[in-house]
Formats: sequence, structure tokens, C-alpha cells
Amino acid sequence: MLDLLWLVPVIPFIGFLILTLTFGKLPQLAAGIVGAGSIGLSFVFAFLAGSSFLGAEISSYSQTLWTWMSVGDLEVGFTLYLDGVSLVMMYVITGIGFLIHVYATGYMSGDPSFARFFSYMNLFVSAMLILVLADNLALLFMGWEGVGLCSYLLIGFWYKDPNNGYCARKAFVMTRVGDAFMAIGLFTLFVSTGTLNIQEAMLEAEAQWVVGSGVATAVTLLLLGGAVGKSAQLPLQTWLPDAMAGPTPISALIHAATMVTAGVYLIARTHVLYLLAPEVQYLVGVIGAITLLMAGFTALTQSDIKKVLAFSTVSQIGYMFLALGVGAWSSAIFHLMTHAFFKALLFLTAGSIILAMHHEQDIFKMGGLRKDLRWSHALFLIGTLGLVAFPGFSGFFSKEEILATAMENHDGGYILYLAGLLGAVMTYLYSFRLYFLVFYGKKTHDGHEVMGLHLQGPLVLLAIGAVFAGFIHIPVEGVFPEMEEHHPSVMAQAAMILLPMLGGLLAWWVFVKGKVDTEKLAGQGFGAKLHRFWFTQWGMDWLYDKIIVTPYTWLAEVNKNDFIDSIYNGSARAVRFCHEVMSETQTGELRWYAISIAYGLLLLVVLGVLL
Amino acid sequence: MSVLFYGSAIIAVLATLLVITRTNIVHALLYFIVSLLAIAVIFYTLGAPFAAALEIIVYAGAIMVMFLFVVMMLNLGQVTQDQEKAWLTPSVWIGPSIMAVPLLVAVIYAINLNQEQMAHTVVGGKEIGVALFGPYVLAVELASMLLLAGLVGAYHLARK
Amino acid sequence: MEMPTVTMQVIPMEHGLLLAAILFIMGMVGVLTRRNLVFILMSLEIMLNATGLAFIVASSHWGQVDGQIMFLMILSLAAAEVAVALGLVLQLFQKRKTLDINVLGEMKG
Repeated sequence: MLDLLWLVPVIPFIGFLILTLTFGKLPQLAAGIVGAGSIGLSFVFAFLAGSSFLGAEISSYSQTLWTWMSVGDLEVGFTLYLDGVSLVMMYVITGIGFLIHVYATGYMSGDPSFARFFSYMNLFVSAMLILVLADNLALLFMGWEGVGLCSYLLIGFWYKDPNNGYCARKAFVMTRVGDAFMAIGLFTLFVSTGTLNIQEAMLEAEAQWVVGSGVATAVTLLLLGGAVGKSAQLPLQTWLPDAMAGPTPISALIHAATMVTAGVYLIARTHVLYLLAPEVQYLVGVIGAITLLMAGFTALTQSDIKKVLAFSTVSQIGYMFLALGVGAWSSAIFHLMTHAFFKALLFLTAGSIILAMHHEQDIFKMGGLRKDLRWSHALFLIGTLGLVAFPGFSGFFSKEEILATAMENHDGGYILYLAGLLGAVMTYLYSFRLYFLVFYGKKTHDGHEVMGLHLQGPLVLLAIGAVFAGFIHIPVEGVFPEMEEHHPSVMAQAAMILLPMLGGLLAWWVFVKGKVDTEKLAGQGFGAKLHRFWFTQWGMDWLYDKIIVTPYTWLAEVNKNDFIDSIYNGSARAVRFCHEVMSETQTGELRWYAISIAYGLLLLVVLGVLL
Repeated sequence: MSVLFYGSAIIAVLATLLVITRTNIVHALLYFIVSLLAIAVIFYTLGAPFAAALEIIVYAGAIMVMFLFVVMMLNLGQVTQDQEKAWLTPSVWIGPSIMAVPLLVAVIYAINLNQEQMAHTVVGGKEIGVALFGPYVLAVELASMLLLAGLVGAYHLARK
Repeated sequence: MEMPTVTMQVIPMEHGLLLAAILFIMGMVGVLTRRNLVFILMSLEIMLNATGLAFIVASSHWGQVDGQIMFLMILSLAAAEVAVALGLVLQLFQKRKTLDINVLGEMKG
């Protein structure tokens, strides 16, 4: 069954073609069947291929469809490569993608651009599958750009609101910054190793590069630039909160479960390079730690339910980066998988709440909804417990693995561990703040649960995943270097589990009991400044505005009449000037012509005499 | 002979000067004929009697008569003469003269660069005929075509 | 009857050429000053004639026939040119009732 692997990315692409080439004329039911069905079918084939891969007990399998390009030494095949990591990613994308698609048929029901929505979604899934199944970095980059494109299209899906278009452009431009780094990194890697095939390049690099050498540092830094852009990590994280302008299933699929984890996948995929550049690897961890704290603080101040979740996503990806930084490769992938479950669940439940509240997203206008929205309440609670890594829930297993590895890491890991622990407290705090504000407190608005099999069905399945995904064993042993078992002391474990719960208690104490007047705290003096600082993501947008946008617009203002253009315009003007001068001579008066001829004659005679 | 040459030369120059300054076309034409006759004499003194004869027959005879016919057909009367008077103010002459004088100086200078005597052999009609229908037969044919084209063109253009 | 080949009194070639140059430049001045088309044509004839004179002088200097042949060519050229040009003058005058080239100059580039 392994040779059916190529069908996995191709079927969603066919779905995209069907939906696009019918120009949205397909009735909603048919479009829904094509859109969600193609992903379902893709999942079936992914499952078949995956199970035979696991049964065959091979470490990797590659399938060349055709040669994409062949120039000189560069030979890039359209080759799919399946191993433990890409298998996990493939399952996550097709499985969770399918559930989100099913949910979207309900959520988007009645939207005039229903078919367009699903065509973008299918294209996204196809591109994402190409990204994770790519055998070489060129193909990976194609998928990488493909998901970037779909992300842009879907953030700006409701393009009639100019703000959505702005958000889409921001996401596109910000990720493009990272992609430029990544492209240069790929070129450098190719120049150094002579191949773009990931596995061969890893072997070459291992054989050629000295640990900590300049080329290793350069390549890994450049690839990290791409990963940071795509995964919304510091300093390129500013686009993700704005990306919430898209429909909620998009936020769940692209900006929580799959695409934004592509950076994690990229670094895990090229982990051999990072082992050769320990400083950069440590930098990955530091970026993750800072990002998870920054996003945690910011999430605490947001009022839009989707933005809180967006910052929690940034924060959780920060955990994955932290894991990568301390060499816990498999833990990063593991956390990626569990995160995909509970974050998709949280986003989709948030979507249900938003639907129930008639597209109200402000959490301060919600409250006391636990009676009205029983389903959403239960599902949201499960998702939240997963997110905060409550013992027994999926997030617990992955996050604990990460923290334990960080703690035992000898070179500088301890600071990362402390940051992670603080982040865990923050996670409790902002997650339960969100939960309590929405479901407890005084009831201000009535909500009516929108019910339906295609809405609640996927949610229940995701909830099951969010609870039990921690028990799944991901088959990545052959891919990553062996990690020694961690046995943190009981005290350390207890600290890891109990300390963050204080955050939850604090949230309960503040937001349910109302012991602290948060508005007063955030409204004046130092508190206001701090609130403002956190709310604006530590002023990153402001900073970019000051150091990039303002000088750039100033430069554009100065160079309004394009300097380069003036050369071309100038030559055109010179020609026009000559033309005008010459046309002056064409008076139509015979006498002028005769005089000119006479002068020419005079000149010739004089020349003849002189020479 | 040299008296004849220089005398004719003076007459030719003076007559030509009158041609370009006259306001009456018929007067100008008559002076032009005088000038052509003087040049015909010069041809004769330079040992080209055949050319002298042609100058009188073709130039002074045919071409000038053609001018006269046209002047008659145009029927240009006193009005044209007054017009010419009005046009030919002294200032009109300044520009062309400024141009003509240096040109003349340059040409005189150029001519004086190589002082050479003329051979003064008379070349008669017989030699010309032999040359015309010998090495220059193609030129004769071309000239005949040119004249035919002129004939057709003049006929076509002068039609009412 | 053939002319006797006699050694004539010496006339320098420069003087012949000088005469041709003077006539040519006078014709040119005529072309430049006059506004009446018929006068312009006449001045052109003066210039052509001056060129012919220069050829005859050269022919006489070398004692060769070729210069005279060239004069013949110029003669036929002048005849053809005058025939066509006068035809044009007639047509123009019929159409525009004027021979002023300043008025007729409409071919503005």
C-alpha cells in the first residue's frame, strides 16, 4: 500500500482543481462533499500508507514521481519521503484537517463564497502535505510557499473588509521576510554540500562541516530565520494575532494546528545541521523561551477570544522551539501533535461560541455561558486542560517531557527550564482567565448553541484526541538521535505539576471571586503602563513601525519620483528634446532648406581647403 | 582671345546680376538670355564650339522660350511687379550675401591652390559625337529616358 | 568644318573657374532672396549653367572631350527639370493663385 503515498497530497489538489474550475458554481452540498471528502479520502490513503510503513519496519521510504528539474549538478526530483516524523505530520494534517473541514461545512454554511473557501482549504492541505513529505528542500520550499499563499488567501477571505486585506498582507509580508532568509539558507546549503536532498545534505554536512564552523552557523541561522517567520516566533511573531481576521476554521487549521508548526518541522527535519551549530541550537531554545513568555503575558491582556488563543499558540510553539533548543527533538514533535489536537479543539469550540453569540468575539461581553452552552463548555474545558498540561491530559505528557529535558540539559538549559516553568504558570493563568471570563461570572448575553452533527461530531473526536493523544507513541526513534531517559526527582516533578496550578488558582481567585479589581489595576499608574506593554506584544509592532515602516515611508516619500526611473525618463526627455529641436528645422520654407544646403556647401569647401 | 573672354565674362556677370535683381520677369529673362549668349562666347574662346552652339540653341532658345511661354500663360502683370518690389527690400539681401561672400572667398582660395594653365586645344563636334556614341552611349540612353520622363511629367502636370 | 588647332593666347584656368564660381553664387543668392517661384527657377538655371561652365573649363584644360559630354548631360537635365517644374508652377498657380513660396510652404515637418 506504500506506493499509494502519492495520492495523499494529490487528492486534496484534485479537490482544489474541481472547486476552482467550477468557479464557485457548485451547490453548497456538492462543494462540501468535494472539499471535506477529498481530505477524508486523503486521510484514508495516509492511514493505509502509514500502517503498511509501520508494518514493514523500515526506517524510511521514498517515492519518486518524476524529475522536477535537472540543471548541471542540481537534480531535483518530485520525490516523496516518508519516515517517522513525516508520518506523524501527515497523520496530523490529514486527520485533524479532515475534522476541521467537516466542522467548516457547518461553520461556513450559507457563506456566498463557500466553494472558494474549500478550494483554498484543499490547496492548503495539499501544499502542507507536500511540505512535510518532501524529499528535498526545493520541494519543501514549494510547499512552504504554497501554504504561505493559502494562508494569505484565507486570512483575507472576507476581502470586502479592508482590514482583513491589511491583515493578510501583513502576514504575507512578515512571513516573506523569513522566507527570504530561508531561501538564502537553501542556496548556501546547496553550495556547500552540492545537493538539496535532505538526507544526503545531512550526511554531507556531517562529513564536511566542523562543529560550530562558520558555514554551519550561517546555514542554520538562515533556516532558523525561515522557521521563525513561519512559526510566528520572536521577532517575526507579529503577524499571527492579526491572522485571526480569517474565518475560525482557518485559525484552527492553519494558524494553530498545522502551518505554524512548519518551522518546528523544518528545524526537526534538519536537526543534524543544528547539532553541528550548538550556539544556534541554543539560540533556538532562547527564542522559544522568550517568545513563550512574551506571548503568555500578551495573552493575559487580550480581550478577543481568538487573539487569546492566537497568543497561546505562539506561546506553545515557543515551547516546541525550546524543546528543539535543548535537543528534545521527539518531544517537540510530540508536543506539536498534542498541541494540534487541543488547539484545534479550542479554536473550533471558540468558533461555536462565536456562532452562538452571533459573531461576538469580546470575552468581556460573554460570561456565565456554562449553562447555555453545555457542549461548548465541556469541550472548551477539555481543551483548556490539555493546553495547561493538566495531569492525564495530552499536553501534560509532551510539556513535561520538554521541561524535564530542559532541566537536565547541562549547558544553559536551566534558564530555559525556569522560563518554561514560568511560562507554564502563565499558561494556567491566561487559559483559566479566558475560561472563567467566558463561562463564569455574571451573565450578560444569551447564547444559543448551534447544534449539528458536522459541528459537534468533529469536536468530540478532537476532544477524545486532546485527552488521549498523550498516550500515543510517535515512531520517531530512527529519525532522531537517541535520548537518554529522564528521571527527574519526585520533588522536581511535583514542582513541575503543582507550581503552574497556582496560576490556575490565581485566575480563579481574581476572575471568579473578583478579589482584585483588574480594571483598576490595569487602568492607572504603573499597572497601565505594564498592561499597555504586554498588550502590544512588548511593543513589537510599535518598534517595527518606528525602525522599518517609518524610515521606509520616509524614503519612499523622498524618492517619490523614482531615482532609477529618472534615468529612463531623462533619456526619453532628451530624445524628445532633440526631436523638438530637429523638428524646428522642418519649417516647410524652401528658403531655410536652401540656406542649410548652402551652409553645408560652405562647410565642405572650407574643410576641403583646410585639409 | 583673352579680350573676348574677359569682356564676355564681365557681360555675363553683369547680366546675371541684373537677372537676380529685376522685378519684371520678362526683363529678367532677357538679361538671362544676354548672360547665356556671353557664356556661349566664352565657350567658344575655350575651344568648345559645339557646346557654345548648344548653349545658344537649347538654353537661350528652347529653355528660355519655355519660360516665356509660362510667363505668358500665367499672365503676370503689374501686380506681380509691385509685389516683387515690395518683397525685394535691401534687408532681404543681407542674409544671403553674408553667406555668399565667405563661400566665394573660400572657392577662390580653393581655385588658387593649384595654378595650372589650360591646354587650349579645340575639341570639335566630331570628337564629341564619337565619344557620345562610343563610351558614353549608356549616358545618352539615360539622358533620353530622363527627357522622356520630363516630357510625360510636363504633359501630365500642365493639363487643365 | 573643323576648327583649326591653334595655340591661343593663354587664359588661366582659374579665371574660368572663378567666373563659374561667381555665377554659381549669384544664382544661389537669387534662389535665397526671391520669393517668386519663376525667379527661383531662373536662378536655379543660372546655377546649373555655371556648373556647365566649370565642366567646359575643365574639358578645355585637359583638352579632353569628357567635360563637354558632362555639359550635354547637364543641358538635358536642365531641359527636363524646367519642363516638369514649369508644369508644376502652372498647376500651382491655377490652384492657389499665387507663386509666393512663403504662402505655398505648407509642408511643415
